[in-house]
Amino acid sequence: MSADLDAARIRSLTQQLLAAHPPATTGRTDFLKARFDAGLAWVHYPVGLGGLDAPRSLQPVVDAGLAAAGAPDNDPRRIGIGLGMAAPTLLGFGTDEQKQRFLRPLWVGEEVWCQLFSEPGAGSDLAALGTRAVRDGGDWVVDGQKVWTSSAHVARWAILIARTDPDVPKHRGISYFICDMTDPGVEVRPLRQITGEAEFNEVFLTGVRIPDSRRLGQVGDGWKVAQTTLMNERVSIGGARIPREGGMIGTVAKTWREKPALRTHDLHQRLLTLWVEAEVARLTGERLRQQLVAGQPGPEGSGMKLAFARLNQEISGLEVELLGEEGLLYSDWTMRRPELVDFTGRDAGYRYLRSKGNSIEGGTSEVLLNIVAERVLGLPVEPRNDKDVAWKDLAR
Amino acid sequence: MTAQTEPAQAPDLLYSQAEEDLRSAVRSLLADRADAPTVLAGIESDTPYDLRLWESLASGIGAAGLLVPEELGGQGATHREAAVVLEELGRSVAPAPYLTSAVVATEILLALGGEDGPAVELLGELAAGRKVAVLVLPFATAPADGAAAMTGTLERTVTGVAEAEAADVLLVPTAEGLYAVEAGGDGVAVQPLVPLDLTRPLATVSLSGASGIRLAEAGPSAAAVGAGLLTGAGLLASEQLGLAEWCLTETVRHTRERHQFNRPVGSFQSLKHRMAQLWLEVVSARAAARNAADALAAGSPDAPLAVAVAQAYCSGVAVHAAEECVQLHGGIGMTWEHPAHLYLKRAKADSIAYGTAGRHRDSVAGLVELPAP
Repeated sequence: MSADLDAARIRSLTQQLLAAHPPATTGRTDFLKARFDAGLAWVHYPVGLGGLDAPRSLQPVVDAGLAAAGAPDNDPRRIGIGLGMAAPTLLGFGTDEQKQRFLRPLWVGEEVWCQLFSEPGAGSDLAALGTRAVRDGGDWVVDGQKVWTSSAHVARWAILIARTDPDVPKHRGISYFICDMTDPGVEVRPLRQITGEAEFNEVFLTGVRIPDSRRLGQVGDGWKVAQTTLMNERVSIGGARIPREGGMIGTVAKTWREKPALRTHDLHQRLLTLWVEAEVARLTGERLRQQLVAGQPGPEGSGMKLAFARLNQEISGLEVELLGEEGLLYSDWTMRRPELVDFTGRDAGYRYLRSKGNSIEGGTSEVLLNIVAERVLGLPVEPRNDKDVAWKDLAR
Repeated sequence: MTAQTEPAQAPDLLYSQAEEDLRSAVRSLLADRADAPTVLAGIESDTPYDLRLWESLASGIGAAGLLVPEELGGQGATHREAAVVLEELGRSVAPAPYLTSAVVATEILLALGGEDGPAVELLGELAAGRKVAVLVLPFATAPADGAAAMTGTLERTVTGVAEAEAADVLLVPTAEGLYAVEAGGDGVAVQPLVPLDLTRPLATVSLSGASGIRLAEAGPSAAAVGAGLLTGAGLLASEQLGLAEWCLTETVRHTRERHQFNRPVGSFQSLKHRMAQLWLEVVSARAAARNAADALAAGSPDAPLAVAVAQAYCSGVAVHAAEECVQLHGGIGMTWEHPAHLYLKRAKADSIAYGTAGRHRDSVAGLVELPAP
């Protein structure tokens, strides 16, 4: 890291970018490409790959400068899996060629990524996955079924883990690949959820050929590579402060203020309890953010998802009840395939149903509690009978 | 202050190096002088307070004067540092009149303002650790009830006054203002009660024909008492945090060591999940308690809400942690010899002190405009 990379220097580079490519007269994609090439995409990434080898804590300086100038952003919600999971894994394990090929279109948003990890038979026990990748000359031939794949229907690329050696214990026989979603052997089918929508997909892989040059990490090291991906999934807390009443609680509070006729004493007590808990969760997130900025990351991140899952469920449940007669209705059960994951949009009934997924997706709350207990508190692991058994001999 | 507005400057929720140094000093003093067997033996004796411990804490480390400016004889620190002292006191549950004297009484005297006079003089004595003063109101009094307490005369009996036995000076609210009364003076009787929390003695204070010095008129006195109670409630959250942390740490330690069914009981998922859940609550309580301490230190207009949120949340966390501590220790947790009961009793009493969580939620309702039906 060069010593002269301080906030002032970053600010000046941001202004240079804006001067050379005025947002008002530059196309969105062109501006984003120029930003990437100026090293201002993600300043903590290496020079030449969208960054400046600068401390991550300087990114907000860029973001603030660009937002003030009305510059377009890369719509991070649309490319969340690419930014939050594929990119750090490419950075950590990709070859130079892979990084050069994939990172720029990923960040700019020209190429959407999805994640082919979970399977019908491998959810919480992801390492038990059964999708096979068999070596055939310079390629791998992949067969299997993946599930819960958001964005699969719009994705150009996928990060994929598959079993390359069934004769060793499950964690050791997995390899990590970049899968081309336009390959003829890839079939994406919508998976309709309890909300009526199909935000996720099932992905069937039949004889999909992946060149060995699209493998990430060593053969058999896929589980280790996937840990990087999954860790980033849970730490993708942004650099911005969350405002008070910023989440679902704000919607309920607004209804409470605007519709006095709906108020009851029971709902009031529950609302206040949840309001306090939501405010404390916000402060806990803020404290975590301050720890990250100060370069002292703590284990607190593991807990945030647990807290928000429960809060979202309880708050949206309260909201449906508060609405009374209106709570008996639902906006629309039409099957849709939304491009964005939407936790807070639409009506209370949708929020209530969608939030049920918050304690399942990205690690169930039960698994996360195990992780906290074992990795943070140092409690002993439960006796296991699967660690030293070849994958092919596991009960399925 | 409404829900939609909040301070532009983010609160500082971390600990500074100076705060960590202070923590180390207090923790090693308490480890030295107030381990669990010592505390247990002390509460069963006639003298629950260890005077040498108080001297070391109050004047040795200088913790009694943290809130008081240097020119008035204090350390010129803030509520953030006092909160760290309270975290450690909560972790140890050693009897020490810190919250009542060095926080609440001190804050009241500070709020009265002025550069000389009896209040400033007493402040110097408290800051130096030479005297202890307590507010003569029930320990359960919520900040919102501070102004209503300014009634009556010096002829009165008040029950449930925390740490009155340790006090040299009693701060007595009356309709005419706040009085300072010598605890050992004529017409003053301090009658110990049998408290649920053995580590924080309670007493009935009876005044009959006692004389005192009036520190301020009713108006400024009411504001000062309100400020004292608000600060007490806000920093109590840090005591509750420290208490909850001790309970979690000890429970984890115990369940790692205790074997049943040929394995550590802490390897059973049903227990692990309960401890992980508690960890999440402790982490959250830390954010809430630091936010309250920082808002009080900054004199932020957000302080009443930060305090109400911290009390509404941390009271329950401390009680939950202490209850889990007893349950997950199994039979030993139910014994007198194991210290878990001291923490349970302190946590339960703390959940009433300076207003229950429910009272503080009522305050939240008013502050963020979520009115009752």
